[in-house]
Amino acid sequence: MKLVRHVLARVGFYVLAALFAALFALPLLWLLFAPFSAKANLAVALPDPFTFSNFGKVFANSFAVRALFQNSVIQAVGAMVLVTLLATLAAYALSRAPIRGRDALSYGLVLFSSIVTGTAAMVPLFLLIFQLGLIDTHVGVILVFTGGLLPAAIFIMRDFVDSIPRSYEESALVAGASPWGMFRDIALPIVRPGMMVVGVWTFVNVWGGFLVPFILLRSPSKMPAAVAIYSFYTEGGTPIITLTTAYALLYTLPVLALYLFVNWKYGFRFFGGIKS
Amino acid sequence: MANVTFASITKQFGTVKAVDDVSFELADGEFVCLLGPSGCGKTTTLRMIAGLEQPTSGRISIGGEDVTDAKPKERDIGMVFQDYALFPHMTIEANIAYPLKVRGVGARERAARAAEVAASLQIDQLLARRPGQISGGQQQRTSLARAVVHKPRVYLFDEPLSNLDAKLRLEARSFLKHLQRELGVTSIYVTHDQAEAMALADRVAVMDKGRIVQIGPPLEVYHRPATTFVANFLGSPPMNLLPVRLEGDAFHAGPLRVDARGFADRLRGVAEGSELTLGLRPEHLRLGGEGDEWTVPGHVYAVEPLGPESLVTLRVGEGLVTARLFGDEAPQVTGDARFAFDPKNLHLFGADGRRIQVP
Repeated sequence: MKLVRHVLARVGFYVLAALFAALFALPLLWLLFAPFSAKANLAVALPDPFTFSNFGKVFANSFAVRALFQNSVIQAVGAMVLVTLLATLAAYALSRAPIRGRDALSYGLVLFSSIVTGTAAMVPLFLLIFQLGLIDTHVGVILVFTGGLLPAAIFIMRDFVDSIPRSYEESALVAGASPWGMFRDIALPIVRPGMMVVGVWTFVNVWGGFLVPFILLRSPSKMPAAVAIYSFYTEGGTPIITLTTAYALLYTLPVLALYLFVNWKYGFRFFGGIKS
Repeated sequence: MANVTFASITKQFGTVKAVDDVSFELADGEFVCLLGPSGCGKTTTLRMIAGLEQPTSGRISIGGEDVTDAKPKERDIGMVFQDYALFPHMTIEANIAYPLKVRGVGARERAARAAEVAASLQIDQLLARRPGQISGGQQQRTSLARAVVHKPRVYLFDEPLSNLDAKLRLEARSFLKHLQRELGVTSIYVTHDQAEAMALADRVAVMDKGRIVQIGPPLEVYHRPATTFVANFLGSPPMNLLPVRLEGDAFHAGPLRVDARGFADRLRGVAEGSELTLGLRPEHLRLGGEGDEWTVPGHVYAVEPLGPESLVTLRVGEGLVTARLFGDEAPQVTGDARFAFDPKNLHLFGADGRRIQVP
């Protein structure tokens, strides 16, 4: 009796686990299979008949190709570089300089940036960018993303910087390093895992961001992939599943590649701390 | 190599005076220990010499040159930190060579000099490793190597041995003393361990509440402590301090009565009825009998055999008095007992805690 109950409990657990796994796996499987199928629908099915022709059609759409391989890259990389650089410097200053109420400042930053969502701020942001004359420019998009992501990025970076014992920096100074040399030789290499996390996180956010470029950009030649994917919809507004999934698959590859590269090269850590 | 002058230095953090009008001078090649409990200002003093803190007032000079406002890198010093502060992302070799690198020394010479210093500290087989892969003692030597590789004028040590275990600490202490004698570089060493200070220093500066209470050669500070604070801080176990009152020709404290007639020259000018403190080093006490003239009677509180010596503690009135008795056998004492001492070993301190001595 006890054994039966034990077995039933195990079986129940695995069934439940399998259901959850399926919930997450099915959309991914669909994304993997549908692009290679000549006539895909919303069901997950092995490609039949199998074809690469969907990718051919996607690459024939020069607007979408340019969006993915040029505009998205410019905007995501631009914001990634800017956010990582500024967040590192700001976090370093917030961690080290004797600023009164710096903890309150850091928490306030995160709080505000998470409460005031991008959507709610869109109208004032549009007006701001309009007055700056940056409507329909990559710079405008990059700046808005940078402003939105920077507070949380600073918060993440501060944790990394706070975890460096000050004696590291002091011993570099006493050894004869200039403040900048100390930052470059000691602080920067130690917080590099944090910079990688912030960099990838920024990249992913901008790469997948739809609203900001959709509102701030005008010319099709500057639209990123998140917007350009709509060029695979019919006039009536329904997606052509074979083409949208083919494009979507291409769209996910750079993020995947970036993640794998960073993980291989530096290893991911979502917290500070030095293993010495 | 250089002398170091510290002229009426005060350092204030907000309303707290961490260092309060401290002046001292180190001769070229001298080894001075700053000794005191935590929070006494000794580390702040060291950090001001390193240039990591700015004094609120006063001047610091190294080698006759005023460095009060100079940056750390302009001071030409080598410093060993309590946590060693080795750079975790660099190899041992890169750590040791870092002071040379920032001075623009070429890669080949850097490697050669790092190897030379590492060999003299017996860590040359570790050069390719990282700080996380070597032991605490090896890290300590690496940080020492990094402090000496560029041949600085002054060495600063901030409790460099306190993170080592007891056995390693003794070994490292002998090694440090040997090294300092060999190199003959002016050194300032901060510690809260009185044995370390005694063993290493040419002179010990005992600090309390931001001030230097006494500065002098270790044995002088040990044998002639200027205040009860110094008397209590040096020695292990520390000096026994007995609060007494001078009445007639004896010191009284409850049932304790110590004849004061032998101290007439020291007690000149001390008023009848004054509150005084008697000080007796544990090693100056022995078990006494009825026949001894100078004794401290009490009740046995504890007997601790330590091998070559034993600690015997008596409860005397309200307080405890400990004696270090030398000999391989633990003394068999129970119940009432008395310690005898030679009056020349008795220290006298006034009501203000200052030593009373023959004028």
